[in-house]
Amino acid sequence: MTLERRAAMAALVKDRDDDLLVVPGLGSTTWDLAAAGDDPRNFYLWGAMGGAAMIGLGLALAQPDRRVAVITGDGEMLMGLGALATIGNKRPPNLAVIVFDNGVYGETGMQPSHTQNGVDLIRIADACGIATCLDVRDDHALADLAARLKNLRGTLFARVLISADEPPRVLPLRDGAEIKSRFRAALGVKA
Amino acid sequence: MSVRAGQWPDQLFETIKRGGVRQVGYVPDAGHARLIDRCRADADIHDVVLTTEEEGIALAAGAWLGGQRAALLMQSSGLGNCINMLSLARTCRFPLLMLITMRGEWEEFNPWQVPMGSIVEQVLKLCEAEVYRVREPDEVAGIAERAVQQTFGDERIVALVLSQQLIGGKVWTK
Repeated sequence: MTLERRAAMAALVKDRDDDLLVVPGLGSTTWDLAAAGDDPRNFYLWGAMGGAAMIGLGLALAQPDRRVAVITGDGEMLMGLGALATIGNKRPPNLAVIVFDNGVYGETGMQPSHTQNGVDLIRIADACGIATCLDVRDDHALADLAARLKNLRGTLFARVLISADEPPRVLPLRDGAEIKSRFRAALGVKA
Repeated sequence: MSVRAGQWPDQLFETIKRGGVRQVGYVPDAGHARLIDRCRADADIHDVVLTTEEEGIALAAGAWLGGQRAALLMQSSGLGNCINMLSLARTCRFPLLMLITMRGEWEEFNPWQVPMGSIVEQVLKLCEAEVYRVREPDEVAGIAERAVQQTFGDERIVALVLSQQLIGGKVWTK
């Protein structure tokens, strides 16, 4: 059983409060987040493949009173797999790394990714020392994950099994400097 | 003022502290050993040991999004691991302070360090970084101060390149 990616993203960010900051990975998860509704507390990525989880770590350390959800794809996570070791080493209590895993590189023509052939991101995250690692395959588990995002109490990893479809692209802001400045203004940060 | 050879890492630490740096990402490096120790011992600094230097580019971006200043410590070989991720800092105009210890240029025993070491400044300039080269211990504090100010004041990518002669040769046989 797998979940539909747009519905899964919507379930995770619906009714979000001002203290949930979201970093999607480049490509499909950025389109999914835009489709769920624009928000200045989204830091959309159009590049920097492999960097989403580490952006989330820097943000979580800088904003201990807010919660950070990195929501990326399996290909993007695989490119920066070392970030799971770095995050497992640092363990910020307010960071969730969520991987939408469909086993393919959707943006480039649905070529298979490592996860289709036995590479298990949950076991990797667990072995990196992330205490809570969730396997999300149905609406019940998705609702549980959404509830945890509202009240994070420790570094969390979740693999959300999604179907390999490609819904129409919904494109958010593209100017990186504008996305950054809007995000910082929404948080009211200086320095 | 003459600075003893071993003092400049402490001056670097004091400079980034004065500059308000709260997150320091690093891949362990002998040339930065003293600075890493100082950062790890400071309760107000998040020290983040990385598996590869490019993680630090993304870490620094996240820190700035959240209102904190970050610095990234690496040796010259690590710069090569960062090139595509530097597009994050360039596209979004994130401030990025890189403190780079040089290998492959002075009393280098290991020829494998030379290819990357020899192109560090060219690569940095191609990536639109401001490059400050430091050769003498006496220069470190003043140039580091300017690098910190330019990084966060102008939201720039700035590299403080610490020459291998500052660090000394690595002892290979004990």
